[in-house]
Amino acid sequence: MKILVTAKRVVDYNVNIRVLADQSGVDLNNVKMSVNPFDEIAIEEAVRLKEAGKAEEVVVVSVGATQCQEQLRTALALGADRGILVESDEDMQPLGIAKVLKAVIDKEAPKLVITGKQAIDGDNSQTGQMLAALAGLSQATFASEIELGDDSATVTREIDGGLETITVKLPAVVTTDLRLNEPRYASLPNIMKAKKKPIDVMTPADLGVDVAPRVKTLKVEPPADRAAGIKVESVEELVDKLRNEAKVIS
Amino acid sequence: MSLLVVAEHDQNTIKVPTRVAVAAAQAIGGEIHLLVAGEGCQGAIDAAAQIDGVTKVLAVDHANYGHALAEEMSALIVSLAEGYTHILTATTTSGKNYMPRVAALLDVAQISDIMAVESADTFKRPIYAGNAIATVQSSDAVKVLTVRGTAFDPVSAEGGSASVEVREGPASAELSTWVREDVVVLERPELTAASIIVSGGRGMQNGENFAMLESVADKLGAAIGASRAAVDAGFVPNDMQVGQTGKIVAPDLYIAVGISGAIQHLAGMKDSKVIVAINKDEDAPIFQVADYGLVADLFKAVPELDSQL
Repeated sequence: MKILVTAKRVVDYNVNIRVLADQSGVDLNNVKMSVNPFDEIAIEEAVRLKEAGKAEEVVVVSVGATQCQEQLRTALALGADRGILVESDEDMQPLGIAKVLKAVIDKEAPKLVITGKQAIDGDNSQTGQMLAALAGLSQATFASEIELGDDSATVTREIDGGLETITVKLPAVVTTDLRLNEPRYASLPNIMKAKKKPIDVMTPADLGVDVAPRVKTLKVEPPADRAAGIKVESVEELVDKLRNEAKVIS
Repeated sequence: MSLLVVAEHDQNTIKVPTRVAVAAAQAIGGEIHLLVAGEGCQGAIDAAAQIDGVTKVLAVDHANYGHALAEEMSALIVSLAEGYTHILTATTTSGKNYMPRVAALLDVAQISDIMAVESADTFKRPIYAGNAIATVQSSDAVKVLTVRGTAFDPVSAEGGSASVEVREGPASAELSTWVREDVVVLERPELTAASIIVSGGRGMQNGENFAMLESVADKLGAAIGASRAAVDAGFVPNDMQVGQTGKIVAPDLYIAVGISGAIQHLAGMKDSKVIVAINKDEDAPIFQVADYGLVADLFKAVPELDSQL
């Protein structure tokens, strides 16, 4: 079985985001970039399935600027077998990315696609679902457990009230939630080995996909500040303030 | 303009985030229709017709929609989409599951988690875990939107008198099968509907200590939440997580106990009306958003709080 996973290049989750003064976006200059953490969980899950003998090959795809090669190398160091970079300097939006991934799975015919449930830059949470729709595949979003069979997968999903279990026909698209696994760290020998693994580079045009953006960002602003309040000295004072000043408890 | 709002329900009642989505539809303006798709959902259909501001309820009662599977819901919505300029639903795990499929099948973008309506095609939404707010404009003919649950005041559940139109959906895609649901039976209000929330973080040290918060929550009629750190540490299940990767909440009172205040947690709760922070680290970032901060050992302060309520 072949598994396809994604690796979006995003601002590292430890970086403090700063909005640019001209409101054109956030400051990406000299900022550490990483694999989207939810994609890292997807890569880890695919590698574990391979290690468990349930998959033969793990292919990792990134869509975006040429620097996405760095994130593909990270994924290869974590255990993916080969990479595909679909290179574009266009502002890549979820629908465009989903169309690119659809074209890639038409060529690669994976039995399972695993993506992050959302990327931590745009927070859209759309790409996996859009890919499944465009390819006419079943989907299991926000997965916390995947049991892979030959023709189907049983997936436990994180939903608002608790957990839901569904069975999806393969091929399917699964998106990862936090508790699916804890990604490993790449070892130095594996980082060295990853440098020799192949990365195919192509463009959306090579795949015959129109990735023109549909949504224009007019401006980006910092969120409204919340003023800090006061420090209280005791629980008694706190309860008094909540009862008599804020009037939120009786 | 005609707008279609897709309802989330438990077959008998319409959930609050749906009324928030109707409020967003009102802010856009136009005739608002509400789709109720379920199985044995007459109660929800009747409730939907009462919702203020809704002129028509599209009712689809069929076995295909009993568990709101994404493949079935998206095919149904697309089959009903003609004539609507906007299709909206709440940003819940259910809406997030099927709505991007709807957008892709219509070949349009989705704008996720809108928090303000600037015009019929321009919306504000949070990005980077709420650390930036983007104003975005859609060039698509149909706007597919999910609505942030805390961003609009829900319309009234009563006062409407919508007509009910029974509709049918397409044949099942037969791609997914529902197996089971392990829903936590809550004796307390749901996080997204609670007016008071007591949340615990890594400072709670283990899952058993959350019992202290339960006692306080019971006295206040509050829901119990947790930070991602507490979930990651295995103290409590993920459905209790408040934050950008969990639930977005805005209660009247949010009490953060042993929570340092990571950016991604703040993104999920800083719209709360009153925030209380109890933490022994006086430099914890949570104090920067707290209306009332108490620098104290939570293992002393929480029992004391409990006894004074």
